[in-house]
Amino acid sequence: MLRIPRVAGARMASRSLATSASDLVSISLPQDSFEGYNLDSLPELNFETEKESLLKMYKDMIVVRRMEMASDALYKAKKIRGFCHLSVGQEAIAVGIEHAITPQDTIITSYRCHGFAYMRGASVKSVLGELMGKRSGVSYGKGGSMHMFAPGFYGGNGIVGAQVALGAGLAFAHKYRGEKNATFALYGDGAANQGQVFESYNMAKLWDLPCIFACENNKYGMGTSASRSSAMTEYYKRGQYIPGLKVNGMDILACYQASKFAKDWCALGNGPLVMEYETYRYGGHSMSDPGTTYRTREEVQHMRSRNDPIAGLKAVLLDLNIATEDEIKAYDKAARKYVDEQVVEAEADAPPEAKMEILFEDVYAKGSEIPELRGRISDDTWNFEKNDFSNHVY
Amino acid sequence: MSKFSSVAKTAHLAAARTNRFAAAAANPAAVSALRMASGASGPKSMTVRDALNSAIAEELDRDDDVFLMGEEVAQYNGAYKISRGLLDRFGERRVVDTPITEMGFTGLTVGAALAGLKPICEFMTFNFAMQSIDHIINSAAKTLYMSGGTQPCNITFRGPNGAAAGVGAQHSQCYAAWYGSIPGLKVVSPYSAEDYRGLFKAAVRDPNPVVFLENEIAYNDVFDVSEEALSTDYVIPFGKLKVEREGTDITLVSHTRNVLHCLQAAEQLEKDYGVKAEVLNLRSIKPLDVPGIVESVKKTGHLVTVEAGFPAFGVGSEICAQIMESEAFDYLDAPVERVTGCEVPTPYAKELEDFAFPDTEIVMRASRKVLGL
Repeated sequence: MLRIPRVAGARMASRSLATSASDLVSISLPQDSFEGYNLDSLPELNFETEKESLLKMYKDMIVVRRMEMASDALYKAKKIRGFCHLSVGQEAIAVGIEHAITPQDTIITSYRCHGFAYMRGASVKSVLGELMGKRSGVSYGKGGSMHMFAPGFYGGNGIVGAQVALGAGLAFAHKYRGEKNATFALYGDGAANQGQVFESYNMAKLWDLPCIFACENNKYGMGTSASRSSAMTEYYKRGQYIPGLKVNGMDILACYQASKFAKDWCALGNGPLVMEYETYRYGGHSMSDPGTTYRTREEVQHMRSRNDPIAGLKAVLLDLNIATEDEIKAYDKAARKYVDEQVVEAEADAPPEAKMEILFEDVYAKGSEIPELRGRISDDTWNFEKNDFSNHVY
Repeated sequence: MSKFSSVAKTAHLAAARTNRFAAAAANPAAVSALRMASGASGPKSMTVRDALNSAIAEELDRDDDVFLMGEEVAQYNGAYKISRGLLDRFGERRVVDTPITEMGFTGLTVGAALAGLKPICEFMTFNFAMQSIDHIINSAAKTLYMSGGTQPCNITFRGPNGAAAGVGAQHSQCYAAWYGSIPGLKVVSPYSAEDYRGLFKAAVRDPNPVVFLENEIAYNDVFDVSEEALSTDYVIPFGKLKVEREGTDITLVSHTRNVLHCLQAAEQLEKDYGVKAEVLNLRSIKPLDVPGIVESVKKTGHLVTVEAGFPAFGVGSEICAQIMESEAFDYLDAPVERVTGCEVPTPYAKELEDFAFPDTEIVMRASRKVLGL
């Protein structure tokens, strides 16, 4: 049974309006924004934040959305190859987390990673460039959609569930170094059943690692609904001996508050936390999946029209007089223009040159390569000392 | 002499196994006498265990980013006592006991390496690392490439590889060929105490993921160690084999404890036939020192490879292919013979297990075949 979050407009009654003299606004989140598991306290429903932050959140979400939609178009135009997993509808999570943390905190996720890569500092051009296999792409065209990295962002991982154990390792490193930072290790409802997720829970709890195990529950693991894959679909409770927090993942402000709560939880040395961001993807699992064979169009339309994170924040901005309808239209237009420009620039960039020295680059760290790597035939053996083919006498 | 008669001769010798090495194996002193010192004979001798223990301790001491993680490494002092005393010396932060969750803790150590630390991830044996292999290959080996060179992973995976004695099929496999095929990994397989020290230190300091294949039986083996090898900065570069014994008539190339069988066979070949065998200790599986093998084959014209792994798609297969693709092909006077583990899941009963892995007798048989003796 799909849980339908309350419509954004219902928040109006409990809001206090911002005045132009103050930079702060008071937010009151709906009662059902959070659910806890073995948690003594939940994130505050009422909090203050700067107007500028809300505007930035809005602008970030619309850029992410535009970027993902541009990727959709480029894929259909056959300018992107292979896999492409889009996060349209799930923007509130990547944006909400980034606003709640610092650049020194760390994030790792699965292949649905473009929004996170952007929020962690990769330019739209470098994300699109990577998708199109350009040398100017974030991974120099060597990785593709699923393997994007940025400072404090460890991908972009293709093997379902692997990122969770890696994430526990990132948290281990924070603790090892005596840092007060936290790691968000994100995974989907499909990945939540992986054995290594539970192995990671165990070690994180045993060693008090500052790891936030965050399930982006978008209800479907590829074509399999959560109820068909999981004997227990309350993913925030799966940590059993680890406290859990569920949040409405379509509400950016709730995401922000919950993420902040989680970060503080870890920074205070409470060990790990399991989170569940309840969210929805409008698109299919990937560009190869229409997303309509295992769910109804009505369901998708309903989520889009009643629970869209961008529309939700827009309503808040209008309610609180932080921006006018015209100003928001202008932001939308600016984001569209910006992304369109980045598309043009990325498209114009060159792919990696079809040269063997580039093919063989980065198999090993520069300066520590093994003497030779073989191409498709023995003649095409590349010698790193010569920076040329070996040209062995046969 | 017809090929048929020489085969018949060797078969006869195999059937009448004199087990002349059984006595030697029972007498450690005799075995030591047979063993060539790896390096100039120095004032010290040490077990492989102590060589590894000291190397790990020195690397922990040298760099705070280095830590050891694995099952029983801390309080138990190591399943095979390799990490004896390390918890006492370095504390819980640097020497970490894990639950029995290979996939999880391997992923965790790789994640720590991505974050810039330098983990030593111990597997109680590499058989258990099959549960972790996705992280070794997909998370560690390939990440630098997929990230366009922006995300390095400095990690050392270590543990016993190959057979022990009587531990059965699930605990006896050699993984040198599997890991050796992966671009992005480096794979080393030490033989002597000096090898263990120098290659291990090089592995920890290497910025790439390194698979360090040990041998459980070897832990008790004693070797002379040179003064140089005792230095805390003693590193052996990867990709260079060591000529353990010089020769002119046949090349015996091997890695890990099989080098001993080659040395013993070389001794016996000289006694029985006056044949001077050259024994090569590969030390490094990836990169493989093909030029070193080629140089030897050009001298001797005959080659036998010796490994404990399964015959199909193995280290010996790779060496054969490389030799055939090189100028050494023209110098071969006979086809290369591979001595490998037997193509069976390792049996338990000793009488059968003795057929499962190379020994000195089988290296002799292969050598006689190649030389036409």
